Amino acid sequence: MAEQTAPPVIRESTKADSAVVRDALGVGIAVGLSGFAFGVTSAGSGLSLLQTCALSLLVFTGASQFALVGALAAGGNPFTAAAGAFFLGTRNAFYGLRLSQLLALPRAVRPFAAQWVIDETTAVALAQPTRRAARIGFSVTGLTLYVLWNLTTLLGALGAEAIGDTDAWGLDAAGPAVFLALLAPMLKTATERYTAGIAVVLGLGLLPVLPAGVPVLVAALAAPAVLWARGRHMAGGNVGTGGAGGSGGSGGTDGTDGSGKGDVR
Amino acid sequence: MSVWIAIGLTVVGCYVVKLVGLLVPEGALERPLVRRLAALLPVALLAALTAQQTFSAAGALVLDARALGVAAAAVALALRAPFLVVVGAAVVVTAGVRALGG
Repeated sequence: MAEQTAPPVIRESTKADSAVVRDALGVGIAVGLSGFAFGVTSAGSGLSLLQTCALSLLVFTGASQFALVGALAAGGNPFTAAAGAFFLGTRNAFYGLRLSQLLALPRAVRPFAAQWVIDETTAVALAQPTRRAARIGFSVTGLTLYVLWNLTTLLGALGAEAIGDTDAWGLDAAGPAVFLALLAPMLKTATERYTAGIAVVLGLGLLPVLPAGVPVLVAALAAPAVLWARGRHMAGGNVGTGGAGGSGGSGGTDGTDGSGKGDVR
Repeated sequence: MSVWIAIGLTVVGCYVVKLVGLLVPEGALERPLVRRLAALLPVALLAALTAQQTFSAAGALVLDARALGVAAAAVALALRAPFLVVVGAAVVVTAGVRALGG
């Protein structure tokens, strides 16, 4: 029992399987439990138990799920509500792109692995030193998260139905808090902060005048608008006047790797 | 029924983008502009969604207990609290303010 743990002679390039599993379980359990918040929010937004569970089972990408139930609760039509959820999900395509090189999955396996291509599995897989470790990390994170996310979604939805008025319990604040927690690590440079600021102004400013769900889609245009403005600024303003030019430059490089492991949900 | 339509569209759309990433040939989406846009799009969407779900009800702008709850979440984030603590802070503060009649 008093046996000393072996000295860490294991080099980083041959990370032990058990260490990978431990990392993966940590992420999978912590984030999987937040399915509870989704279940409560979804049921509190008026979706049925079946609808709530179908979203976690079949969509399985948290931000899109929260966005969808939020838009439906606000009275958005199904098409604008789904469009917002879809655009949030497009980042997963870029995760898949990286993972397909990293994991080198057989083509027959890809349709099944695809459902687990999300922020957390990507973050864990990309952090591993070898292909074997990346595969273990991806699989264990994916399985743990999928099982727990769906279980806690069910419990959350049942709980919300049991307590009735979820607003009295402050549960309508869970959705925006989740979004804020997802957003905060992405605000790395001025480019992201400008984009977020413009999106907030558009989202709130247009809310009273446009149909529900549409202001969010318009606010999404802040992303190309800021990229375009930054591009022009960089092309025209080589003189290096003011700090904005400098931070714009670093914003570019950060934006490039932003689709990677930095964006943990 | 319209809820199921929304769910169906989201299920198909979100699955297809996941699969596309795994199936397209290497380099097809690797243009710098495309990648930067993909990284920035969630920023815009999440910012707008956070603001709307904090400050709106039934299609109108409102200021209520949620604002304090989300502010508490922001403080928790600044203190590097874990994800569940951040969400919990928002819920507890919002419920507390409402219980006090806010």
